[in-house]
Amino acid sequence: MKKLMLGNEAFARGAYEAGVTLAAAYPGTPSTEITENISKYPEVYAEWSPNEKVALEVAIGASIGGARALCCMKHVGLNVAADPLFTVSYTGVGGGLVIIVADDPGMHSSQNEQDSRFYARSAHVMMLEPSDSMEAKEFVKAAYELSERFDTPVLVRSSTRLSHSQGLVELGERLQRELKPYEKNIGKYVMMPGMAKKRHVVVEQRMKDIKAFAETTELNRVEYRDKSIGIITSGVVYNYVREALPDASVLKLGMVYPLPEKLIRDFAAQVDKLYVVEELEPFFENQIKAMGIKVIGKEIFSVQGEYSVNFIAERIGGKKTEVFDPGALPQRPPVMCPGCPHRAVFYALKKLGITAMGDIGCYTLGALPPLQGIDACVCMGASIGMAMGMEKARGSADKLVAVIGDSTFFHSGITGLVDMVYNGSKGTVIILDNSTTGMTGHQNHPATGRTLCGDIAPAVDIPALVNSIGVQHVRVVDPFDLKALEQALREETERDALSVIIAKRPCVLLDKKYTHPAYAINDKCKKCGVCMRLGCPAIAKKDGEMRIDATVCTGCGLCPEVCRFGAIEKAGDVK
Amino acid sequence: MTTDILIVGVGGQGTLLASRVLGNLAQALGYDVKLSEVHGMAQRGGSVVTHVRFGDKVFSPVIDESSADIILAFEKLEALRWVGRLKKNGKMFINTQEIAPMPVITGAESYPADIEERIRALVPDAVFVDALKLAEEAGTTKAVNIVLIGVLARHMDIDKSAFLDAIRATVPQKLLDINLAAFEKGYNAKS
Repeated sequence: MKKLMLGNEAFARGAYEAGVTLAAAYPGTPSTEITENISKYPEVYAEWSPNEKVALEVAIGASIGGARALCCMKHVGLNVAADPLFTVSYTGVGGGLVIIVADDPGMHSSQNEQDSRFYARSAHVMMLEPSDSMEAKEFVKAAYELSERFDTPVLVRSSTRLSHSQGLVELGERLQRELKPYEKNIGKYVMMPGMAKKRHVVVEQRMKDIKAFAETTELNRVEYRDKSIGIITSGVVYNYVREALPDASVLKLGMVYPLPEKLIRDFAAQVDKLYVVEELEPFFENQIKAMGIKVIGKEIFSVQGEYSVNFIAERIGGKKTEVFDPGALPQRPPVMCPGCPHRAVFYALKKLGITAMGDIGCYTLGALPPLQGIDACVCMGASIGMAMGMEKARGSADKLVAVIGDSTFFHSGITGLVDMVYNGSKGTVIILDNSTTGMTGHQNHPATGRTLCGDIAPAVDIPALVNSIGVQHVRVVDPFDLKALEQALREETERDALSVIIAKRPCVLLDKKYTHPAYAINDKCKKCGVCMRLGCPAIAKKDGEMRIDATVCTGCGLCPEVCRFGAIEKAGDVK
Repeated sequence: MTTDILIVGVGGQGTLLASRVLGNLAQALGYDVKLSEVHGMAQRGGSVVTHVRFGDKVFSPVIDESSADIILAFEKLEALRWVGRLKKNGKMFINTQEIAPMPVITGAESYPADIEERIRALVPDAVFVDALKLAEEAGTTKAVNIVLIGVLARHMDIDKSAFLDAIRATVPQKLLDINLAAFEKGYNAKS
């Protein structure tokens, strides 16, 4: 029986069938659903860890303990987990250890377009890359076998198009596997210089062995058709190549690191003209060129964005596609939801002229017009360190805050706040506590009181935590009480001491069942447009009049607070 | 040969469920199927697109420019935005609902008044349906997606009962009756 499965569901299924008993991750698009899906198998312990570094460390511990373990993350998550990755490469594994990392070419939901294949190369770890849901499942199973056979962690690379596409998958049985006995072995697992020097020798030998294996493994596949054009490719791009150039010969690399040099040389010798088609960086291309093989790659392709069938057909086949032109249109950027509690904070920040170092989450949307309440956003947790640096560079006279979500604060904000305490910051940090990890689809975190599987868990008390680090001035405000929020912002940014404001109100999407009365605009409206500065999708100007769409309004009550004329009032139930 | 259906709309309109109905439909008919979806940041009220491809063998999960046999549009402006993905002689089924994007809400731009004409100039036999009204008549504005599946079913060379089975296989049991009613509204819509 075949089942239509999201790539991420198929990854989870592969780990399940491989006998995995532990999975750990921090949510991150496009990887989140792998962990959500594996948590549904009762045989697997699955957790949301506070960040990817902790998640990988949890998985490493399970592996040393003899279990097969899985850790999943988005590409930038591997930056966070890079520290344990580089050294678990030296220790090797007990039970099989697989790390699935999902890249995001085209940046559908990310802040950069980095290519995680370089991690495989620099950490000396093999990497596999499937091309569809069926391979996603099978490659993960193969990854566990290879992990134990070569005593190495194995990286499996995904991309947005693989993770978020569905395809048919043939299901298999779960491997019944005993926990390996744990044996103390400090030469293998305690990485201090004396031991690590010896392990590095082992790692280099292992890479030679894996390279030899890469020459013969069925993960790499040569498809000879017309030999006038030969293409080396991998992953989801293989599918585009097959449609763009159905007659071309293809070397499909399922193991993307290390590369099978002899196989590539043989393929190159068989075809008249050789191309490498790979999204993002010239990772294969540069290695193949270093082998002294003539190949065409980035001189006709791009290091930016996603590839497509037409793009490849045009660049290699010279085939132009005629396309209907829709003409000029208004863009439709993503927006904060109607009723989103973050909206009030960014409205107030802009109104009070406060500079805000931002962070990663739904609230990054607060940078866009009309709110424009964020000045910078770099990576998870960065807001606090950046606010610290700006304060030290410019002095504490500037009105400056860091804005960070609750889940992001646990991910990597706490250490930044410790820095502020330790090094004498007089700044202000706003924690937007909406009781969930919003952008990735509402995952639990250490303060929600629930685990990944929905079980009751101790909830970390954010005000108590902040206070215990040494922040003396901590206040909790409801962002929908705009007056109180503005007062808190004024007082805390003027205060000559470090402070934390916790803007606490659950995400409106968690609160779907509760209906509030919608608001409407009455004839006291002077058309001043201040309500439209909220950037609420429910409020628009039509035929010169302000209107509130009752089917979109959630009744949050923010707009009547900004209206100076009493022109916005409750008008019956939300439809 | 593949059949390529692009579903376009605004985040939150239920395009994902519609694509899953079509995926289940194609699988039940014995085809190879691939779907491509949008999750994360882009979902938050932004322009969303899901790709449905089925046939004897499907490689790419994505429908490229000038490749869609059918575009099923949940919103008028999005219909026009994605028209470049339609093949010459491809078909379009369009919900006439208008959802203002943020640049229109802030007054920086206006919602184009001539969308229907612009689409008809490119796709003369495009079908326009007030799916929001039909969904309301069926009992919930949230069933716009299944109304549009009904509209599509009327124009495809696939048995109606296969669509109904696919809806039963996809939609949660407690919402089934209202969705089947929505399907009938779309199937019987004048166009």
